[in-house]
Amino acid sequence: MANIIGGITTSHIPAIANAMANGLEETPYWKPFFDGYPPVRDWLNEKKPDVIILFYNDHGLEFFIDKKPTFAIGVADEYHNADEGWGIPTIPPVTGESDLSWHIANSLVEDGFDMTICQEMKVDHGLTVPLNLMWPGYNYGHVKVIPVCINCEQHPMPQPKRTYALGQAIGRAVASFDQDLKVAVFGTGGMSHQLDGERAGIINREFDIDCLDKLVSDPEALTKYSNLDLVEIAGAQGVELNMLIAMRGTLIGEVKELHRNYHAPISNTGSGLMLLEHTMPKK
Amino acid sequence: MTQTVDIPGTIMLDGPMATKGYPLNKMCYSFNNAAARNEFKQDEEAYYEKFKLTEEQRDAMRKRDVIAMLEAGGSIYYLAKFAGLLGLSVQDVGGLQTGMTTEEFKAFLVKQGEI
Amino acid sequence: MATNEKRDIPGTYLFDSKMAKKGYGLNKMCYSFNNQEARDEFNADPDAYCDKFNLTVAQKKAIKEKDIIAMLREGGSIYYLAKYAGLLKLNMQDIGALQTGMSVEEFKDMLVKNGRGEV
Repeated sequence: MANIIGGITTSHIPAIANAMANGLEETPYWKPFFDGYPPVRDWLNEKKPDVIILFYNDHGLEFFIDKKPTFAIGVADEYHNADEGWGIPTIPPVTGESDLSWHIANSLVEDGFDMTICQEMKVDHGLTVPLNLMWPGYNYGHVKVIPVCINCEQHPMPQPKRTYALGQAIGRAVASFDQDLKVAVFGTGGMSHQLDGERAGIINREFDIDCLDKLVSDPEALTKYSNLDLVEIAGAQGVELNMLIAMRGTLIGEVKELHRNYHAPISNTGSGLMLLEHTMPKK
Repeated sequence: MTQTVDIPGTIMLDGPMATKGYPLNKMCYSFNNAAARNEFKQDEEAYYEKFKLTEEQRDAMRKRDVIAMLEAGGSIYYLAKFAGLLGLSVQDVGGLQTGMTTEEFKAFLVKQGEI
Repeated sequence: MATNEKRDIPGTYLFDSKMAKKGYGLNKMCYSFNNQEARDEFNADPDAYCDKFNLTVAQKKAIKEKDIIAMLREGGSIYYLAKYAGLLKLNMQDIGALQTGMSVEEFKDMLVKNGRGEV
């Protein structure tokens, strides 16, 4: 059976790609952020997951608000990035994993999550920045990625209790897949930030750190928040916490925190990097 | 978990079929556009190549074999656009698939509607 | 807590159904900026490009004046506005400064303070 070996939370902002492209990792501004990553890279290189299930939100590359899926899943063998409007250089394609993707899609719809199923899907910085952070130099082609995209832009959007349940349903779907695959799950984005409005620039360090604590030991507590609570406490884009919550939902067995690095600010956001080791529940 | 019910004479568009049929369906979806329909008519083989159809799909298209298109992953909504391009009605397509003439197929439909 | 009841959050423009409808043309124009040709076309004649997407008078004024807050009031969604900002070669700290009335340096200082939890 397929086995979820761990979950990772990470930021996905475009400024990271720019910093890496310009070799700024060791500058005083970026060092405290990038210094968090080597232990996570080492873990990935040691454990060698076959598949990454990656929760992210599209920021207007594949999807526009003419049709905005609440939840979408990619089932393709390959995904491409494209110009997002500010000239991030074109990067190598991302490898997909069609069979497990379809299995998850089937399982989710049967489970009451009516996904938008995508055989072609341009993936934006929300997906590519985390991959490049884990395998710098865009060396992520060997790992198969299943994109799961959550609407974090337009209200109504799925509530934390729903995204947590989505994660749990994906966890069950992976457990019922009959091939021996090692799967790691990335929850990307956040943490607290607000880009728009006179309130732009708020960061809530205390709340972010509390969220990381709860992601480890009491994820159910996070499902008590509504999206408007998150907007109020963690900023308009604080709702990206939903991706971290979804990731934690997939970890249906035992978790152990192996590594954490919280740093703020990077660009306008609080950045929460965390590595959780996961042991699948006994059958 | 996955539906694998066998209903004779019914080919379900599920995950494996949707993956297999993607180039064929994408080509037929393009027929929404008049320019695409004309491009196809001018050079069918070049148009298959443009969408990277599998050999099985090209063969089904060449033979206008609807059942073979379905077996190659075709979704009926896109195949219907191809039928439209050929000037065929849904009853013509029904006849082609069941081995009836269009008139026989229409009569078959009428009979099922009778109380 | 734990309700999704509407509430007023000062300085925050919730991108909800009402705003999504109001801002549709503006957002669609900004979404088009993913494309280099579209960016060139806008730069060549901003007014004509705004008309192409049927922007309202208020939206056109906001675009012309590079007034982010006005764009938000007219239904702009930040992810598409970010593409317009990119076209203008502004980063998220520039945008933050414009919206809060701070200088870019002041805005960056505020981020650092917020990041330390000094609020």
